[in-house]
Amino acid sequence: MALLQISEPGQSTAPHQHKLAAGIDLGTTNSLVATVRSGLASVLIDDDGHALLPSVVRYLPDEKIEVGYSAQAAQSQDPANTIVSVKRFMGRGLKEIDVSQQPYHFIETKTESGEMLQIETRAGVKSPVEISAEILKSLKKRAEKSLGGELVGVVITVPAYFDDAQRQATKDAARLAGLNVLRLLNEPTAAAVAYGLDTGVEGTYVIYDLGGGTFDISILKLSKGVFEVLATNGDSALGGDDFDRRIFCWILEASKCKPVNAQNTRLLLTKAREAKEWLTDHATAQITSVLSTGEVVNVTLTTKLFNEFTQTLVAKTLSPTKKALRDADLSIEDIKGVVMVGGATRMPQIRLAVADFFKQTPLTNLDPDKVVALGAAIQANTLAGNKSDQDLLLLDVIPLSLGLETMGGLVEKIIPRNSTLPIARAQEFTTFKDGQTAMSIHVLQGERELVSDCRSLARFELRGIPAMVAGAARIRVTFTVDADGLLNVSARETTTNIEANIVVKPSYGLSEEQILSMLQSSFGAAESDKNSRLLAEAKVDAESLLAAIKAALEQDGHLLNNQENEQIKAKMNALEANIQAGSGDAIREATEALNTATEDFAAKRMDASVSRALAGKNIDTVNL
Amino acid sequence: MNLNYFELFELKPAFDIDLAALENNYRKIQSESHPDRFVTATSAEKLASMQTATLANEAYQTLKKPTSRAKYLLELQGINAIADTNTNMPADFLMQQMEWREAVEDNATNLSGMHRLLRDIKLEAATLHQVLADELDTKKAWQTAAETLRKLQFMDKLREEIARKLAILED
Repeated sequence: MALLQISEPGQSTAPHQHKLAAGIDLGTTNSLVATVRSGLASVLIDDDGHALLPSVVRYLPDEKIEVGYSAQAAQSQDPANTIVSVKRFMGRGLKEIDVSQQPYHFIETKTESGEMLQIETRAGVKSPVEISAEILKSLKKRAEKSLGGELVGVVITVPAYFDDAQRQATKDAARLAGLNVLRLLNEPTAAAVAYGLDTGVEGTYVIYDLGGGTFDISILKLSKGVFEVLATNGDSALGGDDFDRRIFCWILEASKCKPVNAQNTRLLLTKAREAKEWLTDHATAQITSVLSTGEVVNVTLTTKLFNEFTQTLVAKTLSPTKKALRDADLSIEDIKGVVMVGGATRMPQIRLAVADFFKQTPLTNLDPDKVVALGAAIQANTLAGNKSDQDLLLLDVIPLSLGLETMGGLVEKIIPRNSTLPIARAQEFTTFKDGQTAMSIHVLQGERELVSDCRSLARFELRGIPAMVAGAARIRVTFTVDADGLLNVSARETTTNIEANIVVKPSYGLSEEQILSMLQSSFGAAESDKNSRLLAEAKVDAESLLAAIKAALEQDGHLLNNQENEQIKAKMNALEANIQAGSGDAIREATEALNTATEDFAAKRMDASVSRALAGKNIDTVNL
Repeated sequence: MNLNYFELFELKPAFDIDLAALENNYRKIQSESHPDRFVTATSAEKLASMQTATLANEAYQTLKKPTSRAKYLLELQGINAIADTNTNMPADFLMQQMEWREAVEDNATNLSGMHRLLRDIKLEAATLHQVLADELDTKKAWQTAAETLRKLQFMDKLREEIARKLAILED
């Protein structure tokens, strides 16, 4: 049978063609996109030569949306419709953020599983996920223009200390932007990749990553292309922004201003940021501004004073640092180097504090703004399947413990923080009343003992438990955390095998329906277009599965007996027939059936390749 | 693949293991099975990757730490060492436990005191490791080893408690 020649952009079946992949640093203050070309990672620039894209989104009166420098320039005139630092709101509820210094109209929408923060703009109510998607769309456009084709996939970086809700929100934003996410990568790990490959270092390193709105500390063991995270810690609500705000408060106090409106708040915050940046290379900063009320601000900030009133912020970064060291069971003598990442690490008081703590000069030889995007680009290139000289392996961890609510509002930990991913843990529960047929399960993330002090990730109900006496039912709940750090929970009553699969959707996130409807409205396509698109996609997926299995059979067919071989062949023929028949649903069903039929084969191939890898070592030892 | 954790890493089942070989073989298995290697693979291959990588992580974490390694070795002998924690602990060890606990309480607000205690606990744990190696690998004295393991688990708990208290002190 002739193969159908469907060539969707980015789905090319030619195995040796370079696939277009990019790494995206979706930052609080600035975002970047980078890619690997001819073996070298580089940041992509816009038409004006800018590498950074300010993470600012403005909704204009004419329904247009501006992203980046032009939006940033308008933030003082139009603060309510110009969203800056949206990353701080990702996966968050209203009660978790300090709204007093924000110029936005926040609203809280009740969803099935919790409350979701949204912002009212002149373009309507927008969720942080939608706003972030605008930033991602802009970067996608830049990358595709610069690379001359559609991206196969991207790696998006997130703070290591992001919890499940914040990670899920980031992934949702990428979906809305029409991006295929190959992996969510922790920012410090991305930085370590760029740094480690660049300098060829080996040993235990600390990545100190202070961004615009988040702080991460990661301790990694680097050796021969393996980046193993030993421990991570941080504060997902601490960053350079907080230093701006301290300066802002000081300006108000020093110039004896009355409380200012949204427009002046934005104006003075911008002045504060400029002063902070100026003080990196100067002893004093002159801050002058005329407010919309006619009041004149004219104050001088010295380095000494700046250091004094930001001392507590600097100290706040050292406490997670100590925790991470303790979790990794290391002392500062074990640390070979400290790599500084994030624009905020340009502040001299930060560098001094880090040098003082680790008793060594921190490493600042890579551009702290770009290193994360470069590392993400390297990983994206590898994951997309492009050949590279470096055999990379990243072993990352879950930053915060996962647990379940038990009696008395307490949390029982199921997966401890700093467990290497992927990880799965099962826990058994039983009923406590005679004839109990349902059980509700509450999943939480955090280190504290009380439910009220942890983040609620999901509540779900396991129904249809057969009525038995109290304590007779055996409910096995399995938690799986994948390489993106995202949680999946499934539950099964083991005496009857009643299963309930639960996709954990964060309490503060978007529902699947909301995402689908947003995607659909953005396509705006007629029903027939949609159907033909779905059919084309189903055919592409089916063809690539068939190609993959043919290749696997050629290579490892000997692992199967005749009967197993026949079973797979039968499902392949069925799928091929369905492709010919041309019904999207039937193709998807046959694809699924073929996938299931090859599960044992895939497991056998995996075992065989693991055995080969281990045997390789033995041969080497013999040859020595 | 129904291998026990030692077989998975091609190691002899023992308390005193070659940690470098464990790490080396763990990395080899992860190189073959990690989900990053299967981002564009079929869903059956992704499933196999997830299962093997998860097993390797679980097995590596279990064998890497002395306490969980000893516990696992005893489980292979059919002994669940934590099932009867503290029920038949020797009196002198119970006394010692109380002394440790009092020391932790006495130093609860004293940073350097806590760090000194942490050092003492690490030393005590190292001694117990040697005892365990002898009981598990040489004497094959499973029941006495289970008792030593319970002591070691107590030291681990104490360490966690001190870490929690230190975190509060440092905040």
